[in-house]
Amino acid sequence: MGNPVNMTNHKPKQSADSSAGAIIEETPLIAGNHTFSSITEKISGVIEGPTPKMWWVLFSFSVSLLLILVGSVGFLIWEGTGIWGLNSPVGWGWAIVNFVFWVGIGHAGTLISAVLHLFRQKWRTSINRFAEAMTIFAVICALLFPTIHVGRIWVLYWFFPIPNQMSMWPNFRSPLLWDVFAVSIYFTVSLLFWYVGLVPDIATLRDRAKTRGKKIIYGILSLGWRGANRHWRHYELGYLILAGLSTPLVLSVHSVVSTDFATSIIPGWHTTIFPPYFVAGAIFSGFAMVMTLAIIARKAFGMEEFITVNHLEKMAKIIMVTGLMVGYAYSIEFFIAWYSGNDYERFTFINRALGPYAWAYWIMVSCNVIIPQFFWSKKLRTNVTVLFILSIFVNIGMWFERFVIITSSLSRDYLPSSWDYYSPSIWDIATFVGSFGLFFTLFLLFLRFLPMISMAEVKGVLPQADPHHPMYQKSGEAHENK
Amino acid sequence: MKTNELTYGVLAEFSNPADLMHGAEKMRDEGFKHFDCHSPFPIHGMDQAMGIKRSVLGYIVFVFGLIGAVCGFALQAWVHTKAYPLTFAGKPYFSWQAFIIVTFGLMVLAGAFAAVLGLFHLSKLPKFFDGLFYSKRFGKFSDDGFFISVDSKDLKFHDEETSRFLESIGGTNIEVIRGE
Repeated sequence: MGNPVNMTNHKPKQSADSSAGAIIEETPLIAGNHTFSSITEKISGVIEGPTPKMWWVLFSFSVSLLLILVGSVGFLIWEGTGIWGLNSPVGWGWAIVNFVFWVGIGHAGTLISAVLHLFRQKWRTSINRFAEAMTIFAVICALLFPTIHVGRIWVLYWFFPIPNQMSMWPNFRSPLLWDVFAVSIYFTVSLLFWYVGLVPDIATLRDRAKTRGKKIIYGILSLGWRGANRHWRHYELGYLILAGLSTPLVLSVHSVVSTDFATSIIPGWHTTIFPPYFVAGAIFSGFAMVMTLAIIARKAFGMEEFITVNHLEKMAKIIMVTGLMVGYAYSIEFFIAWYSGNDYERFTFINRALGPYAWAYWIMVSCNVIIPQFFWSKKLRTNVTVLFILSIFVNIGMWFERFVIITSSLSRDYLPSSWDYYSPSIWDIATFVGSFGLFFTLFLLFLRFLPMISMAEVKGVLPQADPHHPMYQKSGEAHENK
Repeated sequence: MKTNELTYGVLAEFSNPADLMHGAEKMRDEGFKHFDCHSPFPIHGMDQAMGIKRSVLGYIVFVFGLIGAVCGFALQAWVHTKAYPLTFAGKPYFSWQAFIIVTFGLMVLAGAFAAVLGLFHLSKLPKFFDGLFYSKRFGKFSDDGFFISVDSKDLKFHDEETSRFLESIGGTNIEVIRGE
């Protein structure tokens, strides 16, 4: 019953958004009467101030997890993939689950920085910087898993079209090779996009730097940026073009990941719904991760005025929409399995919901389909504690989605004689837990050394940044009178 | 003024984006060519106010994106038909449909590099030294300062007259930038 009420509540607001005159009367994007200079102070202050004790605690913990990752990857390279719980028929276990999980998380960063930029969603400015950072670190974690999964990582260069002594070339017709290209290009483009966004802010740090070392490092990284309009005009177009290139790229990346499965003949994998279904799931999980990180960061560094409840509510709405898409995909999979008349497909889906992996299936459904329904209520989606808890559930649910898709289909395919149950070994678990160490170590370093919120962009969405704002009408007239 | 000092230009500060834009319009109307507006964030409409054309970056990216796509497609076609022809699932060697994804990826990669390198190239960056850095006040541009700078290579440039003009259009803290 809550749904129609909420929707009607929102109608007048949405129509007000679209008329240009009403934009000023909207709830301000940045709370707390900030000036340009107070924004600089607040955001640079985090980097220039002393390192908080809590940062050291979290950093030590993350590095410990990272060491677990180093140890378990080292042992894997030494011993081989036999240390994992893989068996026949389940040749893809946690490593591939983790790969898809981490790539999916990355997608929200690009969605925020590129797609919302194209749609002129100004609220993205408060969250795009660390969402992009999250993308890069998540993709690093993602790239790790297929890399170590090949077993003999010293011949990894076989993946790339490098002329070699064997006159051998990669198979460009394989989705696994498309994946190599899609994910590594995605990483590179995200890094470029992130760096371009950082340049004006690094210039701010350069101009504020007190020590010679900082002046040199920030000086080099900011490339001599002078905030000139003759820079900005290329910069803005370049940023727009990068957004335009990243948008189809991000949609293609998870579509390509899904073709790893969809082009096989395994029941439960061989479906055409996979690309859009995976992309929706990726955005869903990524926004949940952005939400988790945003809530921690705004609390830890007092950024409530920049990342307001309004921002979190908007993210909650996106989580709800993509959650509904994911739920729709789950049901369509069942419908098509029945409608196809294919016995193996039908069996696979009944087996998912009722078979040996039913526990995982129902965790997935609870977290991904039921949990987002709470966001219909305005009261719940504006409560930060609730958002934090629910976003973690979504993260868990999306990991289980990949686990269900990969293991349940593989463990019981065509021949009952080849069925086997898969469970992870201690090394699978250690590697996965360790990948969080890698992710959080990188993320904490980012929070400490680079501005976590884009100062230049946040300044640009303040009302006083608009030269045609009514507040300047008077001063303009006075000017002419002079 | 020491003998070995150069005059780089004149710098004037404005109090807000609106004043900066009005200032830019007057600079344009006065006929200045080598002047620039410095602000902590991009100000929309400034290109028009300064009388400069739209950036050509889009064409550069288009060309490089096209090169990326063509080279990517050619590489795959060559690998599968000439260099290393292998039959997969009975499909023809030249199965162009399968090459589209990597072609697209390489187009995006080349386009993105062209966009980033192109935007810095067109902005004449990296440029680690600029006369403006001699000014003590100039660092404010990356915080909350709005400046107009006039380069001494402008044909209309004259340190005193330009300073006076900048003051007449609302500039404050007028500074003639000199350095070695």
